[in-house]
Amino acid sequence: MSVTTSPHATVATGPPRTPRAHWRHRLAERGVDGQLWLLAPAVLFVVLLFLYPFFYGLGLSFQPTKGGPFSDYARFFGDAYQRGTIWTTLGLALPAALLNVLASVPIAYRMRGRFRGKRLVTILLVVPITLGTVLTAQGLLNFLGPTGWFNRVLMALHLTDEPVRLVHNYWGVFFSLIITGFPFAFLLVLSYLSGIDPTLERAAATLGAGWWQRFRTVTLPLLMPGLATTFCLTFVLAFSVFPSAVLVGNPAGETRVISIAAYQAAYEQYDYPYASAIAMVMGAIELVIISVVLLARTRLYTGSSGGKG
Amino acid sequence: MVSVTGIPGTGVPGVGPARPRRRLVARPAAWLVWGAVIFFFLNLLGVVGSVLVSSFGRQWFDTWLPEGFTAKWYSDAWHQFTLGQVILVTLEVSLLVVGLSLLIGVPAAYVLARRSFPGKRAAYLVFLLPILMPPITYGIPLATVLYKFGLAGHLSGVVLANLVPSVPFVILTMTPFIEQIDPRIESAARMCGAGLRSMFLRVLAPLLLPGMLASAILVLVRTVGMFELTFLTAGPDSQTLVVALYYSMSAAGIRAQQSVDAMAVIYTSMMLVLLVIALRYVNPTQLVARVKEEPEP
Amino acid sequence: MTGTTPGFSQLRLDGVSRRFGSQDALAGLDLTIRTGEFIALLGPSGCGKSTALNCLAGLLPLTAGSIWQDERRVDTLPPERRGFGMVFQNYALFPHMSVRANVAFGLRMRRLPRDEIRRRTAEAIRLVRLEEHAGKLPGQLSGGQQQRVAIARAVVLEPSLVLMDEPLSNLDAKLRLEMRTEIRRLHQSLGLTTVYVTHDQEEALSLADRLVVLRAGRVQQIGSPQTLHTRPANWHVADFMGYRNLWPMRAVSPQGALVAVEADGFRLVGDPMGDVAPGDAVMAGVRPEDVRVGEPGEAATNTMPAEIEVVEYQGRELAAEARTATGIRVHLRTDRRVAPGDAVALSIDPERLLVFPSDSDEAPSAPLADPAGARLAEPGLVG
Repeated sequence: MSVTTSPHATVATGPPRTPRAHWRHRLAERGVDGQLWLLAPAVLFVVLLFLYPFFYGLGLSFQPTKGGPFSDYARFFGDAYQRGTIWTTLGLALPAALLNVLASVPIAYRMRGRFRGKRLVTILLVVPITLGTVLTAQGLLNFLGPTGWFNRVLMALHLTDEPVRLVHNYWGVFFSLIITGFPFAFLLVLSYLSGIDPTLERAAATLGAGWWQRFRTVTLPLLMPGLATTFCLTFVLAFSVFPSAVLVGNPAGETRVISIAAYQAAYEQYDYPYASAIAMVMGAIELVIISVVLLARTRLYTGSSGGKG
Repeated sequence: MVSVTGIPGTGVPGVGPARPRRRLVARPAAWLVWGAVIFFFLNLLGVVGSVLVSSFGRQWFDTWLPEGFTAKWYSDAWHQFTLGQVILVTLEVSLLVVGLSLLIGVPAAYVLARRSFPGKRAAYLVFLLPILMPPITYGIPLATVLYKFGLAGHLSGVVLANLVPSVPFVILTMTPFIEQIDPRIESAARMCGAGLRSMFLRVLAPLLLPGMLASAILVLVRTVGMFELTFLTAGPDSQTLVVALYYSMSAAGIRAQQSVDAMAVIYTSMMLVLLVIALRYVNPTQLVARVKEEPEP
Repeated sequence: MTGTTPGFSQLRLDGVSRRFGSQDALAGLDLTIRTGEFIALLGPSGCGKSTALNCLAGLLPLTAGSIWQDERRVDTLPPERRGFGMVFQNYALFPHMSVRANVAFGLRMRRLPRDEIRRRTAEAIRLVRLEEHAGKLPGQLSGGQQQRVAIARAVVLEPSLVLMDEPLSNLDAKLRLEMRTEIRRLHQSLGLTTVYVTHDQEEALSLADRLVVLRAGRVQQIGSPQTLHTRPANWHVADFMGYRNLWPMRAVSPQGALVAVEADGFRLVGDPMGDVAPGDAVMAGVRPEDVRVGEPGEAATNTMPAEIEVVEYQGRELAAEARTATGIRVHLRTDRRVAPGDAVALSIDPERLLVFPSDSDEAPSAPLADPAGARLAEPGLVG
C-alpha cells in the first residue's frame, strides 16, 4: 500500500489525482478497509498456534533421529503392527460415523416440528456430549462389564447364558463412539432439518407427492449438504478416538488406533520426529476422507433451503 | 399433533388421502423411532447410573446393587487426587480459554460474516482446519513447540493449546449468528449518528449477546471436557479434572475402583452444572448450530 | 419539531459513481437538491437507485465523484457524521429496544440532555401516532406500525436530509396508500428535504416534487411529475412511466411540428420527442388512457379499426387489450362497456402519441405483435 501512495508512483502513472483517495477507493471497492483489522488477532492466533506448529511438526517428521528424510514414514508403513493402526482406526471411525448420521436422519425427521417434551429430549441428548469420552469409558466399563447391568439384563431375559464380552475389545470402543457421537450427529441433523422450510414439503404434498417421494425428492436433497457436514464432524470425533480406545478397548491389540501409536512414539519413546510423522499420516488420511466428502458436497445444491432467516 | 398440522413426516409410504388411516399406519414407524431413542437413553442411563451407584457403594461385586452405601469414597477421592487443586486449575483454564477465544473469535466472525474481501475463502478454510483435524494430529506438534518454548507443562501452555479448537469454534458459531442479524440495522444505527464504537457497543453487542453466551458456554463445556490437548500439554500442576480422571483410571488397581467412580461423579456433576447454566440461555439445538424454530401454521 | 432546520441550502451530487467489480452500478449521477425538496429516485430493480441512496447516506464508498453540502464536501464523511436520517426498506428497527428507545437512539448518540431526549422522542412518537405502543418491542408491532417507528426514528433528529429506501414496498396495498399520505403529510408539515427511492412510478409521481429516473446506473431524465408524465425523455422512461403501448415503427415524413410514422402499411401521426428524420426507426408510445374507443367505421387521423380481445374490470373503468387489423396489440382504458370480440375504432390524439428515436436494437417490454414487429426489429432497419 505504501508503494501506491508514494508520490513517485503517482508521478509515474501520469494523470494528476489525489493518490490517497485513489487507493482507498480502489481497496474499498475490493472490500479492503480498516475493518479488516478485526481479523488480525484471529489470523495471528491461527498462524502462531496452528500453522506454525503444524509446519514445525511437518519439518520435524522429515528429520528422523536416524536415516534419510523419509525413513520415519518408511518405518511406519514398513511395520505391519504400526501400519495396521490405520485400518483399525478406519474400521472404528467410519462405521461409527455412518451409523450415527444414518440413525439420526429418521429420528430427527420424526422429531422436528414441535411436540411436548422435545426440549427434554434434546437436553438429555446433550448430556453425553458434555460428559466426553473419558467418563463414558468409565461408565461403559461398569455398565457393559461382565457383571454390569447390561449383561445382567441379558441373562435375566435368558438371551445369553454367560456374560457377553463387550469391553476391552472393539465393541467397547464402538459403543463409546456411539454414545458420544450419536447425540452430536442428531442435534446437527435436527438443526439442518429445521432449517428447511416446511412449506416446501407441503407444496410437494399438494402436487401429489407421497410421504416417501416428498422425503426423497424434496427434503433429502436439501438435507444432503448438511448430512455431509455432519458426517465430517462426526467422523473427526470418531477418528481421533484416544482415551476410550485405551480405557475400554484393547490398546495393545484390536483397538490400537493410530493416535495410540502417535502417543506412544512421543511420550513413551520420546521420538518426536517419528511421532510427528505418525501424526502427519493421521492428518493426511483424515483430510483425504473429509475432502472426498466435502468435494461430493459441492456437487449438491447448497443454496437457500427456503428458511426466512 | 403431526396429522393435525399436516406436517409431513408421519412415516407413511403410499399414503392414502384419508386422514384417519394415515394416522394408524403412522404408528409403527413412530414406535420404531421412539423405541430406538428410548433404547439409547436406557443405555445412557445405565452408563451414567452405574458410575453413580458404584461411587456410593461400599462393595459391589456380582450383584444388581452394591452391598451397602457410603459417601466415604468421595472424601477419599478428594484427598487422594487433590481434587480441590485440580478443579481450581480446570476453572482457571476454562475461563481463560473462553475469554480469550471470544476476544479473538468474535471480531473475526464479524468480518467473515459481513465483508467480502480477497482471500476470504482461504481465511475461512484456515480457521476451519483446527476443527477438522483430530486433536492428536496437531496436538503432538503443538505440544512439541510449546515444550520448545517452555510453555507446556504450565497453565499457559494448556490454555494456549485449548485455544486452538476454541477460537475456530467461536468463529464458526458466531458467523451464522451475525449473518442473520440484518446489516441494515447497523446502517440504521450509523444513520442515527452512532459511530463505529457506539454501533458495536449499543446495537451490535446486545444483539450478539445471546450468540456470544451460547458459544462461550459451548467453549466452556468443550474445554472442561477436552482431554487430548490438555493431556498432551499439562504438567503435574496443570492437570484438568478430565485428565486427572484418565490418569487415575489407567492406573486402575492402585486406587479403589469406587474412588475413581467418585471422581468421575464429581466431574459429571460439574459438567451437568455447566449444562444447566448453558440451557438457561440457549436452546440445546442452538448449541450445535443456527436453528430457526419454525412457527406452527 | 415545529419547523425545519435547514442544514444547507443545496446538496450537490457531482458525478457520483459506484462500481461493483467491473459493473457500473451507478455512473456519474449529477443532481442538485434544494432544501425542502422531495426527490424521488425511480427505476426498475437493479437500476442503481438504492446504490445512489447508499452512496448519499455514506453506507457505500463512492468509486468516483463527490457530494457537496453547499461548500462542504460530505462524501468523505462517515455516515454518522453526515447528519442525515434514513428509513430502510425492511425498517431495520433495533429488535432489542422498545419503540421509545428506538426513536431516542439517535438523540442519545448526540448526547442531548435527558429532558430534551424525552420531550423530542415523545413528540416524534405522537407525530406518527404511536403513543399507545411506545413501550413495545418492534417484534410486537404490525408492519405499518414498524414503518411509523422507522420514520419517527429518522425524523426525530430533524436531519438536514431524509433518505427513504422503498419504505412502502413491504406493506400491503391499502396500508401503502395510507402511509403514502402519511409521508406526504409529514413532509409538508416538517418540510424535511427528502430523497425517496422507489420502483413504483405512481408512488413517485404522487409524492415527489422532482423525479430522477435511472436505468442501468444512468440518469435517464430529471424533472417534475408533470414533465415525466407527459414528456418522457426517451422510450425507456416512457415504458417505465406507464406508456404500455410502445410500437417499433419507422418515421416517414414531418407534418408541421408532428411526424408521420408507419409500420406494415399502418400509419399514425405523433409528436416527435427528439430528432426524428424520415427513414429513422422510432418507438411510438401512448398511454392506455389516451387511446380513445369509438364506433367502428369512424375515419379520422390516427384512427384504426380493432377487435377487443381481453377485458379486465377495474372499477369505473375497464382495462382492455385490442388487436388492430394489422396485428398490433393495443392496451387501452375506457369507461365504455366493451366486451371481448367487439369491433371498435381506436383513435389517438396526435399530441398524445409520442415518437421517440429508437436508440438501440433492444426491444421494449411491450413489443408489437408478430410480423411487423419482428421485421422492424431487424438490425438492418434500425438506425
